[in-house]
Amino acid sequence: MRMVLAWVTGMGAAFLLAPAVYANGWNMPVGVTEISQDIYSLHMAIFWICVVIGVVVFAVMFYSLFRYRRSQGAKADNFHENTTVEVLWTTIPLLILVGMALPATATLQKMYDPSGADLDVMVTGQQWRWHYEYLDEDISFTSSMSTPGTQIRGEEERADEYLLDVDNPLVLPVDQKVRFLLTSDDVIHSWWVPDLAVKQDAIPGFVNENWVRIEEPGIYRGQCTELCGKDHAFMPVVVHAMEQDDYEEWLADRKEEAEAEANSVDREWEMDELMERGEQVYGSVCATCHQDDGSGSGEFPALAGNEEMLDDVDWHIDAVVNGVSGTPMAAFGGNLNAVELASVITYERNAWDNDTGDVVQPSEIQELLE
Amino acid sequence: MAPKLPPQHTLEQSSATTTAGQAQEHDHHHGGPTGIKRWLLTTNHKEIGTLYLLFSLSMFFIGGIFALVVRAELFQPGLQLVEPEFFNQMTTMHGLIMVFGAVMPAFVGLANWMIPLQVGAPDMALPRLNNFSFWLLPVAFGLLLSTLFMPGGAPNFGWTFYAPLSTDYGPPSTTFFIFSLHIAGISSILGAINIIATILNMRAPGMRMMDMPLFVWTWLITAFLLIAVMPVLAGVITMMLMDINFGTSFFDAGGGGDPVLFQHLFWFFGHPEVYIMILPAFGIVSAIVPAFARKPLFGYASMVYATASIAILSFLVWVHHMFVVGLPLAAELFFMYTTMLIAVPTGVKVFNWVTTLFRGSITFETPMLFALAFIVMFTIGGFSGLMLAIVPADFQYHDTYFVVAHFHYVLVPGAVFAIIAGAYYWLPKWTGHYPDERLGRWHFWLSVIGVNLTFFPMHFSGLAGMPRRIPDYALQFADFNMVSSIGGFIFGVSQLLFIAVLIKCVRGGEKAPAKAWDGAEDLEWTVPSPAPLHTFETPPDLTSQAPQRH
Ligand code: HEC
Ligand SMILES: [Cu+2]
Ligand SMILES: [Cu+2]
Repeated sequence: MRMVLAWVTGMGAAFLLAPAVYANGWNMPVGVTEISQDIYSLHMAIFWICVVIGVVVFAVMFYSLFRYRRSQGAKADNFHENTTVEVLWTTIPLLILVGMALPATATLQKMYDPSGADLDVMVTGQQWRWHYEYLDEDISFTSSMSTPGTQIRGEEERADEYLLDVDNPLVLPVDQKVRFLLTSDDVIHSWWVPDLAVKQDAIPGFVNENWVRIEEPGIYRGQCTELCGKDHAFMPVVVHAMEQDDYEEWLADRKEEAEAEANSVDREWEMDELMERGEQVYGSVCATCHQDDGSGSGEFPALAGNEEMLDDVDWHIDAVVNGVSGTPMAAFGGNLNAVELASVITYERNAWDNDTGDVVQPSEIQELLE
Repeated sequence: MAPKLPPQHTLEQSSATTTAGQAQEHDHHHGGPTGIKRWLLTTNHKEIGTLYLLFSLSMFFIGGIFALVVRAELFQPGLQLVEPEFFNQMTTMHGLIMVFGAVMPAFVGLANWMIPLQVGAPDMALPRLNNFSFWLLPVAFGLLLSTLFMPGGAPNFGWTFYAPLSTDYGPPSTTFFIFSLHIAGISSILGAINIIATILNMRAPGMRMMDMPLFVWTWLITAFLLIAVMPVLAGVITMMLMDINFGTSFFDAGGGGDPVLFQHLFWFFGHPEVYIMILPAFGIVSAIVPAFARKPLFGYASMVYATASIAILSFLVWVHHMFVVGLPLAAELFFMYTTMLIAVPTGVKVFNWVTTLFRGSITFETPMLFALAFIVMFTIGGFSGLMLAIVPADFQYHDTYFVVAHFHYVLVPGAVFAIIAGAYYWLPKWTGHYPDERLGRWHFWLSVIGVNLTFFPMHFSGLAGMPRRIPDYALQFADFNMVSSIGGFIFGVSQLLFIAVLIKCVRGGEKAPAKAWDGAEDLEWTVPSPAPLHTFETPPDLTSQAPQRH
């Protein structure tokens, strides 16, 4: 019997503690959008309904366990079946459910209305990074995790933003309705930022919709939530929400950069420039599979000392631009621009003692792409 | 409910078979197969039941070791013990082994042992098929486990094996995985057919459907679910097989296929599968609670109807696993409402158990402890299930540790505790000895502590934003994960006590009479303990008895 008592106290404590713990920031974030706040309220409402039902049911249960112990001489009654009670405990829960379903339906209807968006962003999942394209602005970039492997392996102290930091965050204006169009180039991913209450699968062959109107400037972090292969844990989402002015400034800078890069396609690039840019691209896009030192792993071939690749530049260019069909090696011609492609190929041909001395010019690649 | 007698000729037939069987059995004891052959060739429902239970137990430990690898890696942030590729193999194999290798076969084992005893039948209706169904399992799971040693490793795409991760991007061993799942599926279907045939045809004279113990009822309904959905699973894995090996593109968007179709098919199987793993548990708890409260189950008929309602609803809720896939509003609403509706019959069950306790005369032997813990923790799992049904909130919960917490609450202190409760309850019948009460209590309390330490913090890590199926996590999840890992090891290690209890109980212990628990009323308690190899060769005649349950 002591055990039952211990149990009652234990469970009671758990129930009392649970909300206290909730209050300490272990709960679902309230978030920074109207929808995220609605969802939070729904979540708390259903939570408290469950707590109340739980308290009532467990109170009756533990009272019975305590009161009707045979060791205390309890004699068993023989009653069973009682239509009134049975009708009551079917209909009351039904009414509670209807009470829950109404606000849930209303919120869902709001979530499903992406009309009147001020800005459209195409989000593409790729093993294992996100590609963002501002549809009306002609800007696109990839966003991959910037936490170094040394932190993951514990060779260096872990930063506060461990696993939740990227090289290029998605930048969005506050107080604007932003519509996301989500798809994937390979397997299913899922784009999630808890503070924005946006979670939507990115599925190859489909374009899904979701939207957000952020109310406060800030940096909001999330992760891919659909198992997408080995680096599923290393595919963070970072959204940087800015005031309209700052956003426009950022936009202008980005455009200028893009334009400068586009204009530079035709000029002759130096080896050093290409190597520098190539290392960046390689680290952000290729290293998840081929490793930082080009040594590969498992099904991902080593590029350092890869004879087939080093013997034949055209083959190398073809592999990167058009991909290797039927393998995880994607066609990067659609994602990276001529400068990025030329520089990453040049980098691969000269890094890690590959030292071929080959220089692939952006103009060559541009011709291929056209 | 009109009295419905089982057709008389069936009974004569079955008793004729047993007389013949008995003659054979006589040989069997002396000149017949012995040693390994006895187990390979047995057609006796008790021996096959034992085989199923031992198989399930070994899978429970293998699947448990995989879970502990996962928990060990997650003990701290960073990658310490395993690489992400292997981590994914461990989560996948843990899920597959526990669902298909541990929980399902455990229930089939209990069905084999207990259904003939509870309906007064001499054996299962199709004893040779029964042998075949069992021996398919070691083949299936031997094959599945062998993939760990294949180039490219074992399946690594989660137990839900979503395409195209499992098709275009899966390891070469995926084809073996498909084959092993096919074999396990055939085993399940054959087992289900056998159970249905036994229940419908072999009840003792005078036992009407509405006189059957609830374990029999829940298994009857479960068996129909199995027959309905295992072919869907077989279909979907065959489509995968074709995509991988024969150039089709059912699920490959590049070839005009549809990855979302995969999920619809998978969950059309997968949701009823969830109830396949819980309905028989309801049956076990509905036997144990009245036995130790010494009071009839409060609402027998409403329990039967609630079980049937849950089974029917289980075909109408599969999309609640896919709320963020991008389905139309109307679909989301429909499946939210149907999912919420399931809370009603489930609530009826819990209310019935609690009311059964009210004004009883209660004792707390180990089976009762596990059954009571089942009621409490299954209800907690039910609550989080209700929360997950609220679609807008599910946009936040989906694919996080909140979901992991939810389904482990219904499966571990739910299904697994019910199986353990059933084992403690029926061990006196199986072995003739009571299980050691002191060890049993230790096993119980350590399990309860371990389970809650493991899975309760997962609610928090999930709400705080931790996705499931990741080998490494952000720093704010570190404390929750450390507690979960400690709990996981406590739970895992304390299951060794269960082995100790089992061995001790087989070897000796306090002798149990035919009716081992004074409040237990079903037919199995009328045969001696341990139950002899052959029971009810002459069916018990219940026609003269007052109806048992109304
Ligand atoms: C999702 C993982 C992944 C990413 C990211 C990736 N690759 Fe690959 N890559 C592969 C795989 C797998 C192969 C082998 C294909 C095959 O089987 O022929 C491959 C092959 C190659 C090859 C041909 C070498 C050979 O021996 O087959 C080159 C060159 C290459 N990748 C370059 C790159 C570059 C440049 C990038 C970044 C822009 C990149 N890869 C990004 C997975 C990847
Ligand atoms: Cu992903
Ligand atoms: Cu992912």
